[in-house]
Amino acid sequence: MDMLDILDNKKNSLKLLQDERKGTSSAKLIQCPQCGSEYDSKMWKKRHRICPDCGYYMAMTPKERIRLIADESSFAPMFEKMESLDPLSFPGYRQKLTSLKEKTKHRDAITCGTASIGGIKVCIGILDHRFFMGSMGTVVGEQIASLTEYAMDNKLPLIIFCLSGGARMQEGMFSLMQMAKTSAAVEKFKNNGGLYISVLCHPTTGGVSASFAFLGDIILAEPGALIGFAGPRVIEDTIGQELPEGFQRAESQEKNGMIDKIVERQDLRDVLYKIIKMHAR
Amino acid sequence: MSENKHTEEKLSAYDRVKLARSMERPVITDYIDRLFDDFIELRGDRLHGEDESILGGIAMFHGIPVTVIGHRKGKNTAENIRYNFGMGSPEGYRKANRLMQQAQKFGRPIITIVDTPGAYPGIDAENHGQSVALAENIATMSCLKTPIIAVITGEGSSGGALALATADKVFMLENSVYSILSPEGFASILWKDASKAPEASEVMKLTAKDLYSFGIIDDIVPEDENMFEKLDEMLLDELKILQGMDETKLLQNRYEKYRTMGSVSHG
Repeated sequence: MDMLDILDNKKNSLKLLQDERKGTSSAKLIQCPQCGSEYDSKMWKKRHRICPDCGYYMAMTPKERIRLIADESSFAPMFEKMESLDPLSFPGYRQKLTSLKEKTKHRDAITCGTASIGGIKVCIGILDHRFFMGSMGTVVGEQIASLTEYAMDNKLPLIIFCLSGGARMQEGMFSLMQMAKTSAAVEKFKNNGGLYISVLCHPTTGGVSASFAFLGDIILAEPGALIGFAGPRVIEDTIGQELPEGFQRAESQEKNGMIDKIVERQDLRDVLYKIIKMHAR
Repeated sequence: MSENKHTEEKLSAYDRVKLARSMERPVITDYIDRLFDDFIELRGDRLHGEDESILGGIAMFHGIPVTVIGHRKGKNTAENIRYNFGMGSPEGYRKANRLMQQAQKFGRPIITIVDTPGAYPGIDAENHGQSVALAENIATMSCLKTPIIAVITGEGSSGGALALATADKVFMLENSVYSILSPEGFASILWKDASKAPEASEVMKLTAKDLYSFGIIDDIVPEDENMFEKLDEMLLDELKILQGMDETKLLQNRYEKYRTMGSVSHG
């Protein structure tokens, strides 16, 4: 691309932006949580929920992530009817689950299935921020393990989008045990020659970070994602000092040697395709 | 399973949390002195450093060479500061991983002593990959080709505990606790009020008795005057069973054990 093309593109995207900002349709305006810029929902969708002004990565639903990386209409869902049995009979938990189910049309914080990327079949698991901040209880653990076993039996690559506050409090020790369940399944899969790519999104912390999220053969991350074990507030309270700028962000975790590659959303499909193609079995 | 009925009725879950944290409680070095012979400490992760909040080494147990690893708490404040109150850093967990791989190489069973308020939440710990260190320990333990028995002796809190407790058999002392998070942290996350730790302790189901009834742990060690003798006997009995098992069966049982924890509705 030469300089003129670049300038032309810039002009075009600027024009596009100005139109979008005006909100030509009646679609409702959505504000960027970082810089406050407002755009209509169609624009957010078109730009993969990345803020055009400050580059902030807004959360995406599993459906949007599938659209981002998978071949059109290739996704076949799995385990859709799986539900928590509220193992601790935790006060108020069942009611909260019921209202979230109605709101999100999902039964827990995960969507799993098979899909193809550039014609190559893969298993995909995607955590969902709308459901208890993507936390892992029995359903998330069971689906990750079942999906991994399916990938092993069918010799398919495994891709998991991680975004989670950690283990789900309301399921107590049963949630902690899902760390062992998912880690064991993923380790067995990897030892059997399976390819596991984990994509760390904002945020990946706690029991998810300290289990399957960081066990990927290849670990990718979204720009700006908060990635760590303990939450920043807990660390601040423990050490009694302010945290350095950029601490626990994907960029600093990459410098720390914890992540293979930070990938922009618009490039993710291509990067995933190249990786799985190089691992064809 | 046997339990002291006497204390059982009187203690609330939070009473047990306080007991589990008591400075009067035996620490890992007491268990090593009472249960093992010829303990030789092995230090360092061979990558970056030595973390004294996790203690590991080799020892003899009834004539069997074993690897012993556990969280280290002190007997007084000065020692506790030195050992960071048993809160492991990535260096400590990586040392544990190194010693576990070594145990596998030499066919030594592993016995772990679990007593931690959690993995250390600090800047260096995060920058050095606390999550990775914990995840890799859990994954390593899930498929290590040698028997592993974990004993929760005090506080078994969160991923920092599980990273030394993913085992063929898990025992808990009668007054120890094993939980997803400290009751204070739990109350602070769910109710924005850390002072509700006593209420949290009840709903969290963190006592040995609760976790035994869920099948999350395998046995309870009564805390009476014969505690060490009883634990010694339980460890030896279990070790003999696990050592008699062929490797495939051992690994299959361990996988199934965690695979079946936490049932769900399939709709």
